[in-house]
Order: sequence, then C-alpha cells, then structure tokens
Amino acid sequence: MSEHIVSPKIYLVIFLTLMAGTGITVWAAFNNFGVFNIVIALAIASFKATLVVLYFMHARYSPKRTQLVIVCSVFWLAILLALTLTDYTTRPREGRLTPTAASHLFRV
Amino acid sequence: MHRTGELYGQFQTLEQQKESATLGMWVFLVTEVLFFGGLFMAYTINRHAFSTAFGAGSNTLDIRLGGFNTVVLIMSSLTMAMAVWSAQVGKKKLVSLFLIATLGLGTVFLGVKVIEYKQKFDHHLVPGHGFDMRYRTQNPAPTDDPREIATEKEELDKAFAADPYINAHGQLYFSLYFGMTGLHALHMIVGAGLLVWLIKGSFSGRFTPQYNTPVEIVGLYWHFVDIVWIYLFPLLYLIDRHR
Repeated sequence: MSEHIVSPKIYLVIFLTLMAGTGITVWAAFNNFGVFNIVIALAIASFKATLVVLYFMHARYSPKRTQLVIVCSVFWLAILLALTLTDYTTRPREGRLTPTAASHLFRV
Repeated sequence: MHRTGELYGQFQTLEQQKESATLGMWVFLVTEVLFFGGLFMAYTINRHAFSTAFGAGSNTLDIRLGGFNTVVLIMSSLTMAMAVWSAQVGKKKLVSLFLIATLGLGTVFLGVKVIEYKQKFDHHLVPGHGFDMRYRTQNPAPTDDPREIATEKEELDKAFAADPYINAHGQLYFSLYFGMTGLHALHMIVGAGLLVWLIKGSFSGRFTPQYNTPVEIVGLYWHFVDIVWIYLFPLLYLIDRHR
C-alpha cells in the first residue's frame, strides 16, 4: 500500500488550531468591527473548514481527481450563492417583502 | 458478486477499491454541500432583509452551550481521525477505543442540543401560534438571573422599536435555526448509527492496514458534518453579540 498516513502529531496540531479558531471567532463576535463582523466570522469558519478538509479528510494527500471533485463542490456552491444574490440584490425596493405584506403572510 | 476477502471482483487491488470508494463518497458530499448550501442561501437572504429580528433571535441562544458543543464536535473529529490512523497502523484495540470515543462525544452533542431545544420550547420561541419573543422577559422563571432578564428586556424593547413586526420576522430566524440545526442533528444521528456499525466491525478485528475503507469513508462523512457546524455556530449564535 502506498497510501499516505497522517501522523497523530499533525492531527493534534490541527485540532489545537481549530480550538484557537473557535476562541477567536467568539472573541471577535463580542467586538464590533462594523461591516467586517460577518466577513471575519466567515473567514475564520472557512479557514477552519479548509484545515478539516485538507488534513482530517486527507484531501491534501488524495489523488488529483478527488481534489478536483472537492474544488467542484466549492465552485458549484459559489454559483448557487452568487447567481441567487444577483437576483435579490438588484430587485427594486417595492418588489421586496414589505412589513405590510409580511403581516398578511405571518399572522402572530 | 465475486469477492476475495474484502476485495470485490471489479477491482484489481484494495488500493484501487479504496480510491474508488473515497471518490464516490466525495461525490456524495458534493451533493450534501449543495443541500446545506440552499439553506445557507435562504439564511443569507432573510438575515439581510430582517437583520434586527435575526440579531435579537440569535441573542436568545445560549452561547455557552453552543460553544461547548463546538468544542465537543471538533474533539469528536479528532478522535475519528485517530480511529482512521489506528486502523492504518494496525492498532486494532485503539480503533475500537477511538470509535467509541467519537460516538460518545457525538451523543454528548445531541444531548446538549436536546437541552437547547427544550429551552426554546419553554420560552415560546418555536415558530407557530404561541410564538412570542417577549415571553421569557414577561414570564421569567424563578431560577433566571434578574439582571440577565433586564438586559434582554432592554434589548428587545430596542428591537421592537426598530422592527414592529419582529414577532413575524423572528419566526423566520427560528424556522431556519430549527431547520438547519435539526438537519445537522439528523446527520449526526445517521453518523452515530454508522459508528455503531463500525464499532461492531472493529470488535471482530475487521479493520487492518490493508483494509480500512469503511472507517475512512465514515470519517469523511463525520468530518463533513463537523464542517457544517463550524459554519452554523458563528452564523446562528454570534450574529449580534457585540453590545
């Protein structure tokens, strides 16, 4: 077998980095960075997710075609998000769900 | 089907078989990415449209329980990765041990989730007829910290001033909260079932350095569920914590 075995030491380092990332996310959430709040939260989450994919899921040591499939998933997700947002962010104001319209939809 | 030991007839070597299985699992995970992606899309649009309600809803979640669960789940990913390693180097006892640890941590996660859901039912924060964002501050339990209730009341008054329809928009937040964490929990339950199957196999010494594909594949699934939570935690719990 020529498969790559990731050592426990690497797993432990990744685990500790993920823990630190969780701590930083919580710390950042209690501080106001204005419009960057969501950017910081998503950047840290994506960094953590990348570490999990590369090391815990062995993507770094996988064959090229497996890596291609992984990249594709991100690409397709980007299409889903980007093309939907081109619709929602360019709708005229009156086309949006107004409070009056909402009150007809959700009666509390 | 023709089968020699763990090697199925259509493959030439165990390595080739493992590569094919891994690729197949990844293709499945791509569909999962898009499945959860649709929910994240719905979340993004509604959070953008009703940010006040989403902020107020997010602040009702218990950050200590959510943070604890994040730590538990990342830890379970570590033990899962260690189970794969143990199988690869042929430490059969450790495989069982790490798989049981992963199952244990997964169960703890689900248990904490039950506590969180119960709180939401108690506080009338489940979308439907009885939904009321103000219920908790108007009917505090004797065990509640009065200062915490006062802070929450002040925040809610501000939120109601900014968005008079917050009880309608808050239901959108909680629908997404229950939908997304519920589907995540469902994936955990499926994962727990798979782990029980792996633990059974590990007791009979099925996983060796030559053949450990099931451990690797379930590992991929488990780590994926972990990744979903890595995004859910900041997006649901940490929207508006900076006061």
